[in-house]
Amino acid sequence: MKLALQLAYRNLVGAGLRTWLNVGVLTFAFLMIIFLNGILDGWNHQAKTDTIAWEYGNGHLLNEKYDPYDPFSIQDGHGILSEENKENLSPILLQQGSIYPEGRMVSILLKGIEVNQKTLKIPTTNFKENASAIPAIIGVNMATSTNLKIGDQVLLRWRDKNGMFDAKNIIIVDVFKTNVPTVDHGQVWIPITHLWEMTGLENHATYFVANEKFKPKAIKQWNYVSQKELLHDLDEIISMKKSSSSILYLLLLAIALLAVFDTQVLSIFRRQKEIGTYVALGMTRSQVVGLFTIEGTMYSLFATVIGCIIGVPLFWYLSKTGMAFPTSSQDMGIAMADRIYPVYGISLILGTVALVVISATIVSFLPARKIAKLNPVEALKGKIQ
Amino acid sequence: MKYILLLFTSLVLSWAFVTPPNAEEILKKVDLNMVTKTKIITSQMVVSGRRSTRTIVSKSYAEGNGKSFTEYLAPDREKGTKMLKLEDRLWIYSPSSDRIVQLSGHMLRQSVMGSDLSYEDMMEDRTLAEIYDAKVVGEEMLKDRKVWVLELNAIVNDVSYAKRKMWVDQTRFVPLKEELYAKSGQLLKQVTLSEVTQIGNRWYPKKMNFKDMLMSGNGTDFIVDEIQFDPKIPAHFFTKAALKK
Repeated sequence: MKLALQLAYRNLVGAGLRTWLNVGVLTFAFLMIIFLNGILDGWNHQAKTDTIAWEYGNGHLLNEKYDPYDPFSIQDGHGILSEENKENLSPILLQQGSIYPEGRMVSILLKGIEVNQKTLKIPTTNFKENASAIPAIIGVNMATSTNLKIGDQVLLRWRDKNGMFDAKNIIIVDVFKTNVPTVDHGQVWIPITHLWEMTGLENHATYFVANEKFKPKAIKQWNYVSQKELLHDLDEIISMKKSSSSILYLLLLAIALLAVFDTQVLSIFRRQKEIGTYVALGMTRSQVVGLFTIEGTMYSLFATVIGCIIGVPLFWYLSKTGMAFPTSSQDMGIAMADRIYPVYGISLILGTVALVVISATIVSFLPARKIAKLNPVEALKGKIQ
Repeated sequence: MKYILLLFTSLVLSWAFVTPPNAEEILKKVDLNMVTKTKIITSQMVVSGRRSTRTIVSKSYAEGNGKSFTEYLAPDREKGTKMLKLEDRLWIYSPSSDRIVQLSGHMLRQSVMGSDLSYEDMMEDRTLAEIYDAKVVGEEMLKDRKVWVLELNAIVNDVSYAKRKMWVDQTRFVPLKEELYAKSGQLLKQVTLSEVTQIGNRWYPKKMNFKDMLMSGNGTDFIVDEIQFDPKIPAHFFTKAALKK
């Protein structure tokens, strides 16, 4: 084995440019796999952390008539939860309404939230009472699309519990920046006590957000959805993204492996005399096959070493500074920061090394199998077989 | 004695001139013009958007306030769409999907074909006298016509508008303008009625402009091209089967 490794190393280094071209292509594929997966893992990590902090908390307790996927269920999907079950829960009441910035109508989702809540990162402590208007906070995206800023007043129209129209000015008391579009786009947050008064739905909530101390239990007319279940959609999106981006790096890897395969075929064709000599000197055919397979595998080992030399400082730098994404990519409806910090886990790196080494070994072995069928005398003569 | 009689007569006469007419009587006379047992209307709905104007032509068959059947005739995109209203239920048939959909809840609050009217605006089948307490608050000149100004305050909770103001022609008993208010007193919509024409023994406005007062724009015009009062409408028009015919 040691001899095989020494021979393989000397043969590869002796091959010069041909070796380094193969290693270069393999290194590129190796780095790309780690880079793309690192970005997706970073996005996944950031999206989950932010969504939990801004929207999901430790889970939601939904009114049984409310379906988050059906906006028509907002009208009737609310109710009163008994006091003894309210521990570690923050109520959110949803109602539909319209605002009229600059003479155009914008349909919005009115969200009533407790001023003193601490479960979500929504800056509810910034609600300041105003004599002439209802205090409201909105996200940066909502502020941009409606051209509203702190201190602006805009007319809000809504319906009370009986369907009667009402209208009053709201004043924007804060604009918050978040990576979670589902608490920003088309939404206006106001104190829940105001929303109760405006709609006549005193003490009603559409859903409750649980904090980390909440212990789930069966409550009549309310359904608990755990944090894990709420994050399921996000997991699905990330895994779909991973599958689609895997096409790109598998293609790159295939090109690199094709180069290794071609080099192996050429080596066996051109080094028949050498093969005949090995066999004549007493090496078994399988030992010769092993020698050539190790040569091919060594490309991937070289690629791993060079990949580490280039990748470790590059990826370390990227994980510290992050990568900027265009603002348009944040309109996809899922949490995405304007700067994503890639996450390079040990399993990602070891898995990629294993993928590159094993696949390089396989494509090196396939052409080397031919050696087993060579006639050593003919090989020594260098006759093409 | 003769001075007392004279004083009494002049008091009675002055009271008759000063006291405004009963608002309920005015509303009843308005209903005599506007509400019919049955009617067939061919109309245009001109929806003015920020960039363009769309005209939607339709033919409606109505029986009282509770039943109506509407077929859209133009433009091509809406042609063949049919709408059936039976009391508090509303169905829409779309020829492109060949499906009948019943609208309920929030869907009724959506705009009709992008206009300033919601489906719910068309769903109200109670008379004004049933849901509002009316009183005459003044008289004015509007478009060279002498009008009574009526203020209507909701007496039930489940109405869209808490308050209405109505300008009613004093001789023709046709509303010429209507303002719809929110609970807070904010003006939400304005309806302007014009081209009042005598058809048979009633006066009827052939053009109505519905304007959402919170939005910029010219609102939606509803223009009556043809109208028949009290024609015989076969019962099958007001069945779901008529939607797919």
